[in-house]
Amino acid sequence: MTMSHASRALLAILARELLRFVQQRGRFLAALVRPLIWLLVFAAGFRASLGLSIIPPYETYITYDVYVVPGLIGMIQLFSGMQNSLSMVYDREMGSMRVLLSTPLPRGFLLIARMFSGTVVSIIQVYAFILIAAFFGTPLPSSGLLPLLPVLVLTGMALSALGMFLSSRVRQLENFAGVMNFLIFPMFFLSTALYPLWRIREGSVTLYHLCQYNPFTYVVELIRFTIYGQPNLPALGVVTATLVIFGAAALIGYTPARGGPTAGRAAA
Amino acid sequence: MEAKSGREDTAPGPTAYDRAQQPLVVEDLSYAYGKRQALSENSFSLTPGRVTALLGPNGAGKTTLFSLITGLFDSRRGEIEIAGHKLRSNRSKALSQLGIVFQAQTLDLDLTVDQNLRYFAALRGLSRTAARERIAVLLNQIDLAGHARTKVRNLSGGERRRVEVARALIDQPAVLLLDEPSTGLDIATRRWLIEHLHYLAKEEGICVFLATHLVDEVAPEDDLIVLNKGIIVARGKVDDVVRSAGAATLDEAFTRLTIAPEEQSP
Repeated sequence: MTMSHASRALLAILARELLRFVQQRGRFLAALVRPLIWLLVFAAGFRASLGLSIIPPYETYITYDVYVVPGLIGMIQLFSGMQNSLSMVYDREMGSMRVLLSTPLPRGFLLIARMFSGTVVSIIQVYAFILIAAFFGTPLPSSGLLPLLPVLVLTGMALSALGMFLSSRVRQLENFAGVMNFLIFPMFFLSTALYPLWRIREGSVTLYHLCQYNPFTYVVELIRFTIYGQPNLPALGVVTATLVIFGAAALIGYTPARGGPTAGRAAA
Repeated sequence: MEAKSGREDTAPGPTAYDRAQQPLVVEDLSYAYGKRQALSENSFSLTPGRVTALLGPNGAGKTTLFSLITGLFDSRRGEIEIAGHKLRSNRSKALSQLGIVFQAQTLDLDLTVDQNLRYFAALRGLSRTAARERIAVLLNQIDLAGHARTKVRNLSGGERRRVEVARALIDQPAVLLLDEPSTGLDIATRRWLIEHLHYLAKEEGICVFLATHLVDEVAPEDDLIVLNKGIIVARGKVDDVVRSAGAATLDEAFTRLTIAPEEQSP
């Protein structure tokens, strides 16, 4: 595979994903409405009743809607990653995955290209959400928006890798929908997306420990710290490790010699 | 086969396909789904510029064989060589010489015909210019030049199949593999498809490998491989296979070769 071949293929996969995204307006609306409901309804209700102490990266008292925005950005990427992997399962069921996997491109490249194109779509959604949140009175520091971009690439890729791994293990579309529900909601609620860790520990030590072992917690914290211009190396490490571990597991899952999902699906 | 255009890595050189090479060689190929043996030590080779029909009943192992040749499955038992490139050790170059039409329709319904073909051309490494020129030629060839901007969702099943054939040929492959491509097609489209495959073999020198379970899709001049229960039970020219089976017609020969004597009607 030459560099020009790789770049053409990557652009083609990205263009296809963007085209599908543009055509599926409902998907874009759903991706925005979901976090906006949390921000405008849920956070507005809690704003008055929930006090937050000064915790890093914040240098002053903040309102609840400000706290919850990084978690909602993570939520957009979490749902987008799962949507991307759901579309992998759909493509596999419909057969178009075979077309992709039988091209003369390395499987690792194809998986990374799919993950990257899904991540780009999620980043568009994130910035649209940030704009709308600012319009409704919850602006983010403008200095954090540019540094956020590479972080969103990393967090998006990590969550896509997780989804990709799941799609390699789940054989049927119906089962995958169930797995998504089992995964997305616990991952979101058992994280620092909605409450800081100290608040969770006050409620339940067990939940606190579960949140600590949840990679999504570190996705949210990496986003939060980046927006406010502060490094968070432990979060960066965990998110990178999530990408590497689940990316490798997905690659193994899609390798036919190891009984990947394309194997064994054809009628003999 | 002439050197491919529009791809830097396929200019005349190690990847250019040499007509003297056999387009597809399969040696001692076996595959099992767990304990169930789907293919057992099959060997054959194909000739350029000819249509070879892989005839077998449902469950014979045709799709498994195609999945192995297309690299979707991997078997450690046996060897597959495409246009001189071993699939196991040189997957990329081997697959670059293979055009594939899968049994299930695999076009993106929400994209237009042109977008589908451009997408695939880019996956195969064709430049924009090369892709545009090639797509124009192929759409003319399949009589769909006026449908370039039509969404695939709005095409008939037969038209979609034509587009899939065009897509498989986008990179001028040495071997065109078709897995039961006439499934769900009407008689006129089936006839067009079979005639077109013979045109491609005769006029463009492509090696066409067609899996089917329908005897009437095999032309008298075709090469034939009969697969039953994962084993090649007959191979050669159609006439030779019929004669060696002691039958008068291919239909009768196929029945004799694939159905146990006690199951055959008197």
